[in-house]
Amino acid sequence: MTNLLLEAANLSKRFPNGVEALADLSFALNAGDFVSLLGPSGCGKSTALRLIAGLLPADAGTVTFPQSKQEMGFVFQEPTLMPWADALTNARLPLDLKHVARTEANDRAAAALARVGLNGFEHALPRELSGGMKMRVSIARALAAKPKLLLLDEPFAALDEITRAQLNDDLLRLWREAREPGEQNDESLTILFVTHSVAESCYLSERVLVLTPRPGRLAADIALPKQSERPSGFRLSPQFLECQFRVSAALGAAA
Amino acid sequence: MKRALDLAFPLFVAIAVLTAWEIIVAAKQIPPYILPSPSAILAALAANWATLSASMLVTIRVTLQGFAGACLVAIALAVLFSQSRPAERALYPYAVILQVTPMVAIAPLILIWVGFEHIDRALALIAGMIAFFPILSNAVQGLKSADFNLLDLTRLYGATRWQTLVKVQMPSALPALLTGMKVGGVIALIGEVTAEFAAGSGTASGLAWRIVESGNRLEIATLFAALALLALTGILFFAALSLLEWALLHRWHESAIRREA
Repeated sequence: MTNLLLEAANLSKRFPNGVEALADLSFALNAGDFVSLLGPSGCGKSTALRLIAGLLPADAGTVTFPQSKQEMGFVFQEPTLMPWADALTNARLPLDLKHVARTEANDRAAAALARVGLNGFEHALPRELSGGMKMRVSIARALAAKPKLLLLDEPFAALDEITRAQLNDDLLRLWREAREPGEQNDESLTILFVTHSVAESCYLSERVLVLTPRPGRLAADIALPKQSERPSGFRLSPQFLECQFRVSAALGAAA
Repeated sequence: MKRALDLAFPLFVAIAVLTAWEIIVAAKQIPPYILPSPSAILAALAANWATLSASMLVTIRVTLQGFAGACLVAIALAVLFSQSRPAERALYPYAVILQVTPMVAIAPLILIWVGFEHIDRALALIAGMIAFFPILSNAVQGLKSADFNLLDLTRLYGATRWQTLVKVQMPSALPALLTGMKVGGVIALIGEVTAEFAAGSGTASGLAWRIVESGNRLEIATLFAALALLALTGILFFAALSLLEWALLHRWHESAIRREA
């Protein structure tokens, strides 16, 4: 049984400078999905994410949440932290904006930082953290609000390969934890992950939406093996290569 | 070590210049009503300390009043401009007009309107009007320089305008605002001195008036002593504002962070 979380229908967006970013983009997300939005640079991936978040108005088309509007988290390409505030205050921002009581907000932000492996760094300023740690704070900030839908806009693109691999694994762990009933999260987390990396999309997601070059249209909707069905050491397995081959072929056909 | 050198070099220059000054005045027998020696200036400072220090306090008080008023109005207007584009369009040109009009030309009018019986109020107003624009323009720029993604994030979480202003825009504006305040603080003092000159004799009692008075009496050593105190006041203003800037920014802003060698 599917549990429809979000439906984007016929989304189009043209910017005032004449650039047509998206044309007639449609897709749906089910609760608990981990979906990648893949396409070449400038194909409108980030625009699509901003339309879904309600940060940009669409020229045409609709974004609907059949079960009512869901709590969203957004992670940008850059960590986008407040440089004057420590990690805890940064992670607490969504809760402060929602007037959550300070003690509870501190507890939730500290827990979110712990979940991304930043125990002990609560009072570090962004300038005292590495690029990867800053991105972890950014993810913790998104998680602190307990989102049902997490939108990530090429969050690891600027990081080195090793840090990127670690953060990929951390993100998968956070997504899996959210699917398991527990104290921290008792409801599923849906992730829409924008990337231009075929390998990253295949490693992380169970479904890849391939966009055409600008203006972005849906070129392919590719189902990949479920995370639960993947062998350990998936990154080095023939299945991983096969996934990348399929997605690369779709990307090539869309160009 | 570097800090010690930062202090030692200007101090060395001052000692060298003052020594040369003392020697040249004595050797050339320059009359004290043309150029008094540093020792004569020091003696005049000691002899007139009660009057000069009282005048210095008046100058500091009036400048601070003008500067504080300028900060309040400029920050309030900058916030208004950041929230309302029509307000900025309507009012900003007048702030520019205020800036480009020489204050010394308006000072007599202000003195008449406020009244010579409230001379300190008039002087503070003129000092504030001069300090106002750099604070306003820097605060406006600072408030508009907040990270767009951070602003988007506050929208995503349903922040009110006030929350966005307090949580994101104001801290983002702090470095630019403090730069504006540093410039404004120093020129507020220039404005106060200009206003005292414009006020003419007998009404003002700050350092600028002591300069005019000493000049009229050909007490050039006292004039120099008053000038030295005026310079010291300016340095104190700048140092206090630099300290404030350091206190607020040194933990996080590149401009104030000491880099490791």
